[in-house]
Amino acid sequence: MTRSLKGQVAIVGIGETPYYRHGKSPDSEFKLALKAILAACADAGIDPRDIDGFASYGDDRSETSRLAAALGTRRLRSSTMQWGGGGGGCCAAVANGAAAIVAGLADCVVVFRSLAQGEHGRFGRTTGIDTISGEKAWLMPYGVLAPPQRFAMRVQRFMHEHGVRQEALRAIAMASYHHAQSNPRAVMYGKPLDVEKYESSRWIAEPFHLFDCCMENDGAAALILMPAERAQAFGDKAAFVLGAAAGSDHRFAAAPHNGPAYASANYRTVAPDLFRMADMGPGDVGVVQSYENFTGGVVMALAEHGFFAPEDANDFLTLDNLIAPNGRLPLNTSGGNLAECYMHGFELVLEAVRQVRGTSCNQARRNDVALVVGGPMVSPVSSLLLGSEATR
Amino acid sequence: MKETRTSPYYLPAGLPVPVAEPDGLSAPYWQGLRDNRLLVQRCAHCDTWQFGPEWICHGCHAFDPAWTEVAPRGRIYSWERIWHPSHNALTSHGPYLAVLVELPEAGHVRIVGNLLGDPLQTVTIGSEVEGVFEHHADADPPYSLLQWRLCSAVSP
Repeated sequence: MTRSLKGQVAIVGIGETPYYRHGKSPDSEFKLALKAILAACADAGIDPRDIDGFASYGDDRSETSRLAAALGTRRLRSSTMQWGGGGGGCCAAVANGAAAIVAGLADCVVVFRSLAQGEHGRFGRTTGIDTISGEKAWLMPYGVLAPPQRFAMRVQRFMHEHGVRQEALRAIAMASYHHAQSNPRAVMYGKPLDVEKYESSRWIAEPFHLFDCCMENDGAAALILMPAERAQAFGDKAAFVLGAAAGSDHRFAAAPHNGPAYASANYRTVAPDLFRMADMGPGDVGVVQSYENFTGGVVMALAEHGFFAPEDANDFLTLDNLIAPNGRLPLNTSGGNLAECYMHGFELVLEAVRQVRGTSCNQARRNDVALVVGGPMVSPVSSLLLGSEATR
Repeated sequence: MKETRTSPYYLPAGLPVPVAEPDGLSAPYWQGLRDNRLLVQRCAHCDTWQFGPEWICHGCHAFDPAWTEVAPRGRIYSWERIWHPSHNALTSHGPYLAVLVELPEAGHVRIVGNLLGDPLQTVTIGSEVEGVFEHHADADPPYSLLQWRLCSAVSP
């Protein structure tokens, strides 16, 4: 018997809170998690007490047992947390929840992420640390402190090796902002980006302009997983897991910056696993949600998933190619981490479900197979393929 | 411009001070810098170079790879010019350069440091650089960093 998730699990409900600028949520992080979970249950039309499994990532602070007690969960069964990788776990969390269902460890799993950076602090500030040891000690004393600074050299090396120009990064930023303008949920709704605004924006760390970097936000998002044999009851709402993969290339995380494949987003082993499970290739994918911590990571991630050779990045990555409905590969159709909400990538998973359902604000023409790519350049990363009933 | 700065340090004081982990894994490295010596691990059994340090050799799984002194000479493998101050100590400091230096004489392991000189200079991947030990004797606890300058450059 082939061990696989393909076609065995369906996403039958999605939900999120309003998305806020960081520090602007009127609710606590745990309350945001509860609201997103209830919204996902309402979308699916299920009783929240029937959830018997929880899955998350990024060291989410809304802990399973407290959620189960608060929600009156009849019985808690599967409880999984993806280790490490921050937003790189956004697809792995779905995979872990789906695996629990396939293995018979749970029947109804909620996968979620809650993040109130106002309540708990932003990722980018480092003041107040007196001494540092371990991996960060090789970097912080040299002013390599926050995420953009930790990833810029990896992108710089990739651009050097393959002749990738700044315009390729810019096209990714502009695609996210373009799509956010028709998405009322988006934090950057009503705040368009054009070439001049991008080019005149300040450098954060070369080669990243301000608009190459994700936002930081408050909010929560959740989805409901069920065994595929129960999906019929949910009609057109069901989107099926076609493939999932997570992990890291050989010694990718060797610190400091000592992974053998340095100019990489870390999908060289993960992407082949993903497509093998789905028995598909990049040509089958109609629409992509690819985690933008930084635009340069998206360039590498798309190349490593086989959409173009790195040498062809400049030709492929144009705004026209990346926008719905008719672009060659519509990308980040909700606005993504750059312009919808930095929900640590989970907003991307929800958007892929909307694409498969046909309910996106920026519907792609080809929506039967949707790819989500979680957290480039971190370790471990993860990817997910979703599809319609017809693609199972 | 670097020349107008009075501080002996490339970056302003106040950034996190590097210290060895509680288990002492990297203690020989930090002590080495204080003594003007660059130490990286090299396995005595299989000659694998390894940096950062670990308790085991990733090549042959022998424990406690030996610390070996290497010349602080290398090539710029990648770089970044950092503009956004992510720490209060860097507010109003202006851009600075971080470089990733590979050490061809030590199995091409890589080390992160700052590139001394004009922070607005053009940086070229592949340029040869040499290490400069930067001693923070007045810090608590005292520590040393390893900075880099272009081999062709006059003293910054």
